[in-house]
Amino acid sequence: MNVELGKTSQPIGKKHSPLNRIYNFLLPLFANKKATVGMIIFLVFVLAAIFEPWIAPYDPNAAIFPPSQAPTAEHIFGTTNTGKDVFSQFIYGARSTIVVGFGAGILTTIIGLTIGLISGFAGRIVDSILGFVTNLFLVVPGLALLIVIEAYLENASPYMNGLIIALTGWAWGARVFRSMTFSLGSRDYVTAAKLSGESNLRVMFTQIAPNMVSVIASNIMYASLAAILADSGLAFLGLESVSSVSWGTMLYWAKGSGALLNGSWWWFLPPGIGIALVGMSLVLMNFAVDQITNPRLRQQIRRKHNG
Amino acid sequence: MRYFINRLIFFVLSLWAAVTINFILPRLMPGNPAQAMFAKFQGQLKPEAMAAMKQQFGLTDEPIWDKYLSYLQGLVTGDWGLSFANFPVPVTSIIGHSMPWTIFLVGGATVISVFIGTALGIYVSFKRQGILDSTLPISSMALQAMPHFFVAMVLIFVFAFQLGWFPLGKGFSIDVMPGFNWDFIKSALFHSILPGITLFFGGLSGWLIGMRNNMIYTLGEDYVVFAEAKGVHPSRLMFSYAARNAFLPQLTSFALAIGHVVSGAILVEVVFSYPGIGSQLNDAVLSQDYPMIQASFLLIAVAVLTANLIVDLLYARLDPRIRTGGANS
Repeated sequence: MNVELGKTSQPIGKKHSPLNRIYNFLLPLFANKKATVGMIIFLVFVLAAIFEPWIAPYDPNAAIFPPSQAPTAEHIFGTTNTGKDVFSQFIYGARSTIVVGFGAGILTTIIGLTIGLISGFAGRIVDSILGFVTNLFLVVPGLALLIVIEAYLENASPYMNGLIIALTGWAWGARVFRSMTFSLGSRDYVTAAKLSGESNLRVMFTQIAPNMVSVIASNIMYASLAAILADSGLAFLGLESVSSVSWGTMLYWAKGSGALLNGSWWWFLPPGIGIALVGMSLVLMNFAVDQITNPRLRQQIRRKHNG
Repeated sequence: MRYFINRLIFFVLSLWAAVTINFILPRLMPGNPAQAMFAKFQGQLKPEAMAAMKQQFGLTDEPIWDKYLSYLQGLVTGDWGLSFANFPVPVTSIIGHSMPWTIFLVGGATVISVFIGTALGIYVSFKRQGILDSTLPISSMALQAMPHFFVAMVLIFVFAFQLGWFPLGKGFSIDVMPGFNWDFIKSALFHSILPGITLFFGGLSGWLIGMRNNMIYTLGEDYVVFAEAKGVHPSRLMFSYAARNAFLPQLTSFALAIGHVVSGAILVEVVFSYPGIGSQLNDAVLSQDYPMIQASFLLIAVAVLTANLIVDLLYARLDPRIRTGGANS
């Protein structure tokens, strides 16, 4: 969560090839138990998303089964009030949720990184303007803005939603990357690169950005989590095309059809738990990144307090 | 002083930006939704409503600059437009009814979760090797990964539907008269418990983890180590030395989190049909009540920006470095 700025960079200036650096960075991810658990959960959902036509037993939109059935052997998650198979919907919903979440997460990070780098590198005026825009997007309540935009768009597709979420959600990353750029920009090797006549653009992307790998990874995970939550929230409000199959729209239909009031727990629990599990896996993987890159969080460092 | 002026300038500029976004958005959208909406409402609304709508969405022939100026003028003079769904009630009076509910619910739950989360964070940071230290961050992060509105649904299902301990939703029960009487207050408090708990747990983990990390950072500082070596009593060390300083970054996160909290609250209000501004916004979206959508968004934005300003100023009171410009403020 709170990545300590300026203290997160790995040893710099040694002969690390980019591949080596990525390897060194990923290695602890597998050594850390929490991260491994997170990665396994995540992989399961990714596989479900990829192979959905083979895993899902029925067509998610086929309303041909007895309605409002509790879980049975044929319908392990039961059926909806219109007789659709909840398990098939759940599997199909994974793809939309993961693609939108990750797509938006990566796009958010790219926008944030670009703005952060420019902001940290360009002169005072550009920095002030970008800083203002960043702060503005930070404080404006994101979901309210999204709801208003969607209200005008009407029935946006999940991918459209992802795009809008990315376009409104980059501010946090931009802020982090900006201060990292400042901190890294004053290091000797960056000065050396500048003195040797490399262009600003080149210094940005060859000297500074690679040293932010851990922060970038962490940002992608948090941005994806935020995007998944925002997307499912919008879909839950019925602001995503309601005929699409995603976990958010499943919750929308479940709430709208009174699943809460007639006891159809099998309908609304799977999509919600699905969102929570994917989110959880992101947090777990990120938790490990935090632990690895923030030495102060490591247990052995702190002397034991007897308080 | 420079800090104050900077904050005020930011406040005014961001306020202006929010107002302008609100003006531009409906005009920017592809396919001119105002036009489409106008066609849709043709024949359904009274002619006065149509005229008001034309005015509001700039379907008149004035140049855009004039429209912008009259829009700004309307905002300042309190003329925020008339609701379509409840024509001709001014949107300001509808919002006036829903705003107190949100302030009460969201404000209350947030303040409680900040205090309890911070206190737990301090505690956990001091018990580094305990069970709590290894389980609490994980379990609270699980809460963080869960959509608030889903937590709300599960709470309704278990505690309101299955067990019947709490009401299924709404702000107060229909057999009490809204007003300043004990029955109403009791009913309102009772109805706010489940949504309040949802928001409380939604926010808790952020404060807990944030405070824990700040504490660990602060406990490693030289002056704390020195105080410990000097033999300062642990509880004094914890609160007077470490927690005081570790709390400051929490305030900054708090300022930034307000927008986030409000966003989460919108969904929770919708799940509970709570009569606050979030449900209001949702209802407005469903009934395509555009003046209401605009006004709700604007009000939420203004409330968040104002809360932000207050926290920023408070921060300056608490951290002298900010006031004197000692650090790189």
